[in-house]
Amino acid sequence: MSESQIVAMTMPKWGLSMTEGKVMEWLVEEGTDLSLGDDVLDIETEKIANTFEALDAGILRRQVADPEDVLPVGALLGVIAPLEITEDEVDAFIVTFLANYVPPEPEEEQEEGSGGYEELEANGYHLRYSKMGTGDKVILLVHGFGGDADRWLFTQQPLSSNATVYALDLPGHGQSTKNIQDGSVEGLAKTVIAFMKALDIGSAQLVGHSLGGAIALKIALIEPALVSRLDLIASAGLGPEINNEYIQGFISTDSRKEMKKLLQKLVADPDLVNRSLVNDMLQFKRTDGVNAALKTISTGFIGADGSQSDIMKEELHQLPMPVRVIWGTKDEIIPSAHAEALPPNVEVNFLDGYGHLVQLEAASEVNALLAS
Amino acid sequence: MARKITYQQAINEALDQEMARDKSVIIMGEDVAGGSGGDGEMDAWGGVLGVTKGLWGKYGDRVMDTPISEAGYVGAAVGAATAGLRPVCELMFIDFMGVCFDQIYNQAAKFRYMFGGKAETPIVIRTMYGAGFRAAAQHSQCLYNMFTAVPGLKVVIPSSPYDVKGLLIQAMRDNDPVIFCEHKVLYTLEGDVPEESYTIPFGEANIVREGNDVTIVTVGRMVHQAIEAAATLAKEGVSCEVIDLRTTSPLDEETILESVENTGRLVVVDESTPRCSIATDISAIVAQKAFGSLEAPIEMVTAPHTPVPFNGTLEDQYVPSPGKIADAVKIVMGYKA
Repeated sequence: MSESQIVAMTMPKWGLSMTEGKVMEWLVEEGTDLSLGDDVLDIETEKIANTFEALDAGILRRQVADPEDVLPVGALLGVIAPLEITEDEVDAFIVTFLANYVPPEPEEEQEEGSGGYEELEANGYHLRYSKMGTGDKVILLVHGFGGDADRWLFTQQPLSSNATVYALDLPGHGQSTKNIQDGSVEGLAKTVIAFMKALDIGSAQLVGHSLGGAIALKIALIEPALVSRLDLIASAGLGPEINNEYIQGFISTDSRKEMKKLLQKLVADPDLVNRSLVNDMLQFKRTDGVNAALKTISTGFIGADGSQSDIMKEELHQLPMPVRVIWGTKDEIIPSAHAEALPPNVEVNFLDGYGHLVQLEAASEVNALLAS
Repeated sequence: MARKITYQQAINEALDQEMARDKSVIIMGEDVAGGSGGDGEMDAWGGVLGVTKGLWGKYGDRVMDTPISEAGYVGAAVGAATAGLRPVCELMFIDFMGVCFDQIYNQAAKFRYMFGGKAETPIVIRTMYGAGFRAAAQHSQCLYNMFTAVPGLKVVIPSSPYDVKGLLIQAMRDNDPVIFCEHKVLYTLEGDVPEESYTIPFGEANIVREGNDVTIVTVGRMVHQAIEAAATLAKEGVSCEVIDLRTTSPLDEETILESVENTGRLVVVDESTPRCSIATDISAIVAQKAFGSLEAPIEMVTAPHTPVPFNGTLEDQYVPSPGKIADAVKIVMGYKA
């Protein structure tokens, strides 16, 4: 019996801006034998609600946090320990943990958060990005239409344990330049190439979601040497169908209710869309130049008939690097049927029951695929 | 990139960015450029609390010092607005509205209506309001309710650095007269504000805290008192929803009513005196339109019906406090029909 067999389950840090989370509900009872990746409890953050999954296997001996508790990152949620550890030892562990635990200063945390974002100039754009991890392997995450680097809230940090992981805000998005010169998929791809060169990235695993998938695919076609592996998540560019009603609605709406309805189309579980996510999206859209930028970009990949205009499916077979496609089967934006009948060099993964933002909804499954 | 700046800096930045973007934006007011003397000294003033500091140096004559004659320069600004400029006119303290009120309520507010929609008056009147500054009875009042009563005026009362920038840019782009009420105690409040220009639409209340037991409707500085009360009450197991109106005209009735329909209880917090106020207005609307949802009588937390005291101890008692708000919440929670 050693102290080291006792493991603290702590409040996770989902994304740069997360400083605290609210415990919503325990999904398992005390005494449950947890396996890695089991759903343990629901946590709501400023950005999104999500299920916390076991990072360690073992028996959940104690639920320390109560529902409705708002706790800082790193605070004790529960204790995992084998049965031979006595209740007294668990108590002692909790006392020691609490005595040594220093909650992060909110001010400092803010400073650290904003320091986590960096900026550079590439292809005439001012681009914001965040970098996590220091591994030799380099991964670049490219978000989709209307998104930003935060779309990788649950992706970037887990992947950074053995890789250097970059996530950027595309032109017209997040806190990058809003004035778009070339909004076509190729134009955006050239900007991402310039971004990679500005950071001296020789080659990287490119992970693109939605429009970001089309951009990543375009980069792989223009400069294959830059791409060591290509991961396309619910990607544009693989077929004509797209929910143009969503795209046009997202560009035109300025109402909280409409925005909420639209964002709910992105996920299979509509409860994931909370008020702060809606407010974040509206704040973004109310920034000068954003609606014009979105309009320009939308016409760059959607034709007048409302279907995708830049389809690269026929060129997939010529790609020299490994290519993987990941799709949620309940995607209401781009149909998962686009992942069917792809050439044999493409590995296809369907994730059952998830929507368009599959990397948020099924984070651990997607992360496991991306890391393999 | 968002960074932390004060409420006062956010106002300055909004003015600066909009003046750079739109040459028709000008600033007029007492001491907004400088008091007297030459260049350096003149620019050093930037208004009584330095809110417009630096703008005269950048925009020269587009920042105009005026004589101490509110009736004169507010009237001139209203005229300039009808003739194509977008003046941001500063009324140093809202308490001085009396000397220029004709220009506002009987001129600016009427033009669009009386000229059959052919005239527009895109003027913003920025003004300081509120108690807590030891500024005595003639410089501490909360008179936004008087402007809210006038059809043809829009009334904006921002509570945070983020909101003050977005709402002021929206005000400068609006084609109707806007009364923009800044609480002097909030000037030093810091918060995250994006560097880029952005807007916040009028008539969209902000739910600053979600809750299920009681709805607290408030505005301006009182938003912070309400948040503090809600945090204390949460520890006692009472869940408060705090709604920041942001603008009292137009008013986001829908958000208020939806919230009360969910919670069944309403506390309105208003720094004004109690009669004919935002508090009575919201209470009347909810009593009329959500009567069936109410499980307790509506509580109002306001200043007493007196002038603002100069004595510091009395002034602190005068302004609605988190403690008084919490007491009101407990009254509506404890009500038994």
